[in-house]
Amino acid sequence: MSANLLAIFYLISGILFILALRGLSSPETSRKGNLFGIIGMAIAIGVTFLSVGNFSIGFLYVLVFLLIGGTLGAFIAYKIPMTAMPELVAGFHSLVGLAAVFVAISAFLNPEVFNLGSPGNIKIASLIEMSLGAAIGALTFTGSIIAFLKLRGIMSGSPITFVGQHYLNLALGLILLGLIFYLCKTQVDTWFWTIILISFLVGVLLIIPIGGADMPVVISMLNSYSGWAAAGIGFTLENSALIITGALVGSSGAILSYIMCKGMNRSFFNVILGGFGGTDQSFSEKGKEQKPVKNGNADDAAFLMKNASSVIIVPGYGMAVAQAQHALREMVDALKKNGVKVTYAIHPVAGRMPGHMNVLLAEANVPYDEVFELEEINNDFANCDVAYVIGANDVTNPVAKSDPQSPIYGMPILDVEKSKSVLFVKRSLSPGYAGIDNDLFYRDNTLMLFADAKKMTEDIIKSL
Amino acid sequence: MEIDPFVFRLSIFILSIFIGYYVVWSVTPSLHTPLMSVTNAISSVIIVGAIIAALAGNSVNIFDTANIFGFLAIILAAVNIFGGFLVTQRMLAMYKKKKKEK
Repeated sequence: MSANLLAIFYLISGILFILALRGLSSPETSRKGNLFGIIGMAIAIGVTFLSVGNFSIGFLYVLVFLLIGGTLGAFIAYKIPMTAMPELVAGFHSLVGLAAVFVAISAFLNPEVFNLGSPGNIKIASLIEMSLGAAIGALTFTGSIIAFLKLRGIMSGSPITFVGQHYLNLALGLILLGLIFYLCKTQVDTWFWTIILISFLVGVLLIIPIGGADMPVVISMLNSYSGWAAAGIGFTLENSALIITGALVGSSGAILSYIMCKGMNRSFFNVILGGFGGTDQSFSEKGKEQKPVKNGNADDAAFLMKNASSVIIVPGYGMAVAQAQHALREMVDALKKNGVKVTYAIHPVAGRMPGHMNVLLAEANVPYDEVFELEEINNDFANCDVAYVIGANDVTNPVAKSDPQSPIYGMPILDVEKSKSVLFVKRSLSPGYAGIDNDLFYRDNTLMLFADAKKMTEDIIKSL
Repeated sequence: MEIDPFVFRLSIFILSIFIGYYVVWSVTPSLHTPLMSVTNAISSVIIVGAIIAALAGNSVNIFDTANIFGFLAIILAAVNIFGGFLVTQRMLAMYKKKKKEK
């Protein structure tokens, strides 16, 4: 196959990938979009096989390894529970990162194959591209591993900070640039390995200071990095499919990070520099004065909601932890039988990754046209009888609008306090990740339901 | 005077960033999780490089160091491609519209 024809096929895969993302603009077109993505991938792999052309024993090995990886991937895809989606995505990011590192190493060791020159005499431009690809890939790899460990709960979600952290990161970044310069000048392979090793370290250092609740930003950011790494390798391999995809994924991740930061009213740098987040227990304990709260049980909640004409459900990370989405949907079904109008309100940063709550609700068979984003539904709280807050906290805290001293001041919140009564399903009065008390707990129209989200919801169903 | 092919690739890259920007802003927020898993899958098109790397060189020794890194990258990328597309499909299959009330 001629190089030109090959390039055209890669361009076609690139276009199909664009269509795959375009499909996600609505749930109806999304499935077709995914199919386009699969076809694009099949074309890219197919023409690569044809271009290599020598169907030797090595080719057989390629197929075997492809099958091993594919089977493993398919197995994971079918087994993974929807609540574990953030970890899965973080894990997948790490694989893309490491794959980019491996391809870069391969290209460095054997540059003739990719027309990049010969060992010790690689084209300068290619060297820069492959070291950038390898460096970003390496920090995506270790960064995603840390994110994975934090999401999985193997590592504590609280931020790890130390004095001079940011200067160290800055210094390492400068060293990396210096090393790339030296690599181009001397072509000595030691520098190449050092670049990869330092990048591994940078990945760890970048993610450890970021708290558990900032994970939506971290995941989006790593998504973006994995794209830039792929694009870097795309330049090295002069492959347009890879360049197009890398750019798409890179900008996609960047936009998601931006949306997530905006959802918390924090600047991107503020999140990256970390130190916020985690559960700072000591801080919350000492400021605690006993304020009266209205404590309710499942029967009270059932009574309130049954007699309401409209109910808005506000799910949060707590729902995911308790796996309460199925019970929630049953409760809503029971309410609907009683003629209650029920909708769902999702805050942009609810959960541990963008769109986390939507997927869980979809899993529980909640129709997507009953689920609304913050801007769409926020005005409806004023007309709603009951807001059922399940596992969410900070995103409902009115202090974000009233107290400029508060760490969450300015963050867009769901106006839960405007509804006639508020039901809070929570295990205790403890504050959310921002470490601040929620005023809403002590209001007259708030009823606290102290229990596990799933258990409480099930109890409510019983008494309906 | 001839234009360096690098400039063409850079053009593709920059234009794709713009396409990505507009396409991703049109993605509905409720599908942000599938967006992440599908971008994951498509960025594994890096497997193309891995295949070339794995099959590079003479057929005398197919497990040269450079090839081994290629093979490893194939496994990693394949996990991602199959895992990413399938899990996206699984998620998207769950998004349903409201059925007619009984």
